[in-house]
Amino acid sequence: MDFLTSSDFWFLSLTSLAKTIFLIFLVVLPMVSYTVYAERRVSALIQDRVGPNRTGFPTSLIPGFTKDFSPFLGGLGQPVADAVKFLLKEDFVPGHVNKLYFWLAPCLAMMPAIVTLAAIPFGSEFLGVKMVVADINVGLLFMFAISSVSVYGIVLAGWSSNSKYPFLGGIRSTSQMISYELCMGLSAVPVLLVCGSTGLSSIVNYQVREGWLLAPFTNGGLSFREIALWVPIIIAFITFTISMFAETNRLPFDLPESETELVAGYHTEYSSMKFALFFLGEYTAMIAGSALIVVLFLGGWHLPFIPDGAGQGGLNFLHAIPSWIWGLVNITAFFAKVAVLLLVFIWIRWTLPRFRYDQLMKLGWLYLFEIALVNIFLTAGILAFTK
Amino acid sequence: MSPILFYLFAAMTLVFAVAVVANRNPVASALSLVVSFLGLAALFVGLDAYFIAVIQVLVYAGAVMVLFLFIIMLLNIQAEERRKINVPAYAAGGLVTVAFIAQLWFVLQKFELGKTAFAPLAEKHVDDVRNVGNTLFSTHNLPFQVIGVLILVATIGVVVLSKRELK
Repeated sequence: MDFLTSSDFWFLSLTSLAKTIFLIFLVVLPMVSYTVYAERRVSALIQDRVGPNRTGFPTSLIPGFTKDFSPFLGGLGQPVADAVKFLLKEDFVPGHVNKLYFWLAPCLAMMPAIVTLAAIPFGSEFLGVKMVVADINVGLLFMFAISSVSVYGIVLAGWSSNSKYPFLGGIRSTSQMISYELCMGLSAVPVLLVCGSTGLSSIVNYQVREGWLLAPFTNGGLSFREIALWVPIIIAFITFTISMFAETNRLPFDLPESETELVAGYHTEYSSMKFALFFLGEYTAMIAGSALIVVLFLGGWHLPFIPDGAGQGGLNFLHAIPSWIWGLVNITAFFAKVAVLLLVFIWIRWTLPRFRYDQLMKLGWLYLFEIALVNIFLTAGILAFTK
Repeated sequence: MSPILFYLFAAMTLVFAVAVVANRNPVASALSLVVSFLGLAALFVGLDAYFIAVIQVLVYAGAVMVLFLFIIMLLNIQAEERRKINVPAYAAGGLVTVAFIAQLWFVLQKFELGKTAFAPLAEKHVDDVRNVGNTLFSTHNLPFQVIGVLILVATIGVVVLSKRELK
């Protein structure tokens, strides 16, 4: 029990708490609401519309102000208005549902997405504290494991609604997630082979030393080995990203909720905040997925020539600036990369049409699965021959 | 792991394991089994065996049980009806349980090593993924490959059986 009273314990608990609060409430949840906003603005841009550009922050409610505060593009207050709308709408529970599971499902859809964030190293070090909530040596497997649990939320929502469209949506999503989980796991294996670890922090550290996996020249040089490994890594990146789209139920793979066939899929019977939890879960999973892609392929928090939070690496003259600033720069770099990937997610959603269900299964099992499997052998071969 | 957490997760594992049998609704049973698996995974974490814990969640909670649930829902199995108590079956089940517990008791009595406390592991963070891999591919290579062949046979069997059903 002496661990409980030691100063180590208090330091660990307080920093973990601070990191969790920072990550979830200051970064990810605001990011979710602004991703929704970005989604609406970008889709409007793509479809030659205007999109939500009016809602500002209601500063006119405060005495002394006459105008609402609406900076930059306009409409930046939209997420706040949306959140208020979700909370104030009538929370209608249809009579034919299975109450317990109907209540449980939205929570199960939201929680795993948030829990996966725990293993993500979102920065190097800040004031001597490692910027990852749980630095476990099986970080990648942990993320796969927890995100595989998130399917229960969708399945239960479909089943407990006791009506046919949600049920079909739930069934579709189960088989889709099981199929694409395999591809996703297999396409991450080449990364593990190259980095020699399943810990996400070690994978980032490898990329800081040897250059980002997808851009191995970022450490200033290209060896023959790196050029040879580039091929399987690019293949892995593509298969991983496609599987990620399917895992997060995003278009072109959003068949569980395809509105032309299934009304709204598994959340047809949900309203108000319960619906919002599915929505939040989907976008949080999207952010967690993008963060995982950044960690595995795009160097995590690393930027070339920029030192890390402990003042190591990077260009020498930059070491004159205090290292906590670099810690902040690393965190910003990480979330900037995630934001770019989120924009790609949105861009693809509004560009590609939806797959047919049999096409989706065929793509997963007959192409991606095999490609990912062969890719592992390719990577292992290259690693063995270029030792 | 602090004893409080151990008892919490052990209780969670056991209570939900009982709920699997006690529940009449097959979906509730399946979900109870998932929670029981999660409790077991937490117990593994308490032993610093992160790899086993994560695999427990990934394979059992995340894949096997999802398939179970999938089948239960597809076949639309309704709540099991109460059957009459089959006395001989209950008696036999009770006998097996008692025999098993008695056996455990006698073995544990003679197991001297179990009464001593193990020395703590030298390193705080063991790279268990590497260790498991090394053990599998060196000392247990043959059994590992035999299992591989078995799984391959099972896969081929599944393909053959499901093809036949299509005709």
